[in-house]
Amino acid sequence: MEQILEILEKDNRITPEQIAVMLNRDVDDVKAAIKKLEDDKIILRYKTLINWEKTEKEFVTALIEVKVTPQRGEGFDKVAERIYKYPQVKAVYLMSGGFDLTVIIEGKTMKEVALFVAEKLAPMESVLSTATHFVLKKYKDEGVIFEDKEKDDRQVITL
Amino acid sequence: MRIDDMLSPAVKSIPPSGIRKFFDIVTEMKDAISLGVGEPDFVTPWHIREAGIYSLEKGQTYYTSNWGLIELRKEIAAYLSRKFHVTYNPKDEIVVTVGGSEAIDLAIRALVSPGDEVLIPEPSFVCYKPCTLLAGGTPVPIVTKAENQFKLTPEQLKEKITPKTKLLVLPYPNNPTGGIMNKQDLEAIAEVIRDTNIFILSDEIYAELTYEGSHVSIASLPDMKERTILINGFSKSYAMTGWRMGYAAGEPTIIGAMTKIHQYAIMSSPTTSQYAAIEALKYGDDDIKNMTKEYNYRRRVIVDGFRKMGLDCFEPLGAFYVFPSIQKTGMSSNEFCEKLLYEEKVAVVPGTAFGDSGEGFIRCSYAYSIENINEALKRIERFVRKYI
Ligand SMILES: Cc1ncc(COP(=O)(O)O)c(C=O)c1O
Repeated sequence: MEQILEILEKDNRITPEQIAVMLNRDVDDVKAAIKKLEDDKIILRYKTLINWEKTEKEFVTALIEVKVTPQRGEGFDKVAERIYKYPQVKAVYLMSGGFDLTVIIEGKTMKEVALFVAEKLAPMESVLSTATHFVLKKYKDEGVIFEDKEKDDRQVITL
Repeated sequence: MRIDDMLSPAVKSIPPSGIRKFFDIVTEMKDAISLGVGEPDFVTPWHIREAGIYSLEKGQTYYTSNWGLIELRKEIAAYLSRKFHVTYNPKDEIVVTVGGSEAIDLAIRALVSPGDEVLIPEPSFVCYKPCTLLAGGTPVPIVTKAENQFKLTPEQLKEKITPKTKLLVLPYPNNPTGGIMNKQDLEAIAEVIRDTNIFILSDEIYAELTYEGSHVSIASLPDMKERTILINGFSKSYAMTGWRMGYAAGEPTIIGAMTKIHQYAIMSSPTTSQYAAIEALKYGDDDIKNMTKEYNYRRRVIVDGFRKMGLDCFEPLGAFYVFPSIQKTGMSSNEFCEKLLYEEKVAVVPGTAFGDSGEGFIRCSYAYSIENINEALKRIERFVRKYI
């Protein structure tokens, strides 16, 4: 199970047939296992990692530290939900340490993100404070180094 | 004066490597893909590289003791005991060498004199025979067979032992066949060796790359430690080929003799690499686990690929090579490799590069990405279908 997930997480184009060979298992078992992982929402989505910085698309990413007051009976979940329902919010994590929520936002411009924080996020009743950090450059994401060399440098040798 | 006549006859007796010219073609050919290279495609794990960098920053740029850093020898001893249950004294039973290659050369030079016979199971790695010839010894090949999973059998061994036999090379896990020797297989060999004066050079450089079960060292069997020179290194297990780090472990008199040669020929192994090697042994177990897991996936993919195209392919249980038979195509190994290169632009190595007994086989390395392997298999299949 775990091995299937590890393989698909790295490259979801690998077919069940190939996974079956890699793990020395029956194809139908692998297909059933993947189906179950999808049904159980362990596999949530198959996506593609893109280096948008190489394209024409204009956009910015910001990481916002948010301090909130937890609500009676709901803890942090309720306020987190109000935040993550915005489509421009890409990720929300509950944190230990100096602040409570990490919110990652994408917008077309810095202004757009700043407006979102000022008009939507900061005014929320239980939000105490926000600190917005803009991402200047992505070096590595999802375990992938963006400007890694892919060349095979191995030379001819007598083995 | 012909310069050629001035060369030592021992050197002249060694034929040039047949593989080189082949790979020179590959380098020039556009969109050729290769399953030819015998070294890991992974770069050395970052924490190990960083340990090397730190040692340079700290100015650790001097020679080390001829034997190698004592801290490293202690880590090697701990590793050999942890993984293979053999204990060596780091003071005088371990020498750090420039790759396993140097350790092989030292062992042969320390033991073999003119007239001595060295038993070499074949097909196998290319260096045992030339090293034997350079020491004035006589290489005696023992041909291992696919039907025996390319293992050395006690019967074959007995047949080749003469009063002149000095050394048995035990090259397992094997390059190029991927064959291994499990505990039972080794016990049978130890049984034959026990009543003789024969030493064993056990080349265990691929020990960590053993799939389905774990590697057993012949040195861990009763009475075998004294007569075994255990050779290992960092090239394959930690993806550290370029660092040139290996070692030999064995009985103090032999290791002492080997260190004598090493101290005059080499002085000491590269210092930066020794510091990196300490880091590898201390904190590299997970790296080995992850890389071995990946090789194992690729191993199954490539074996499956060759079998599906109708070639007989022995299931390799060690190293990172498959050694399929191409006899069904009616071609010789050389012819197959050359045609495959020109018709489908895939480079693989003819089995004959590893001894005459490699005729009828090709060696394919799976130290390549799955995508690369899949593309190569597709091309090889198209090629093979034309001829069988
Ligand atoms: C069987 C075997 N032994 C020894 C070596 C030498 O490795 P190194 O000198 O890099 O340790 C190799 C390298 O290909 C090998 O295949």
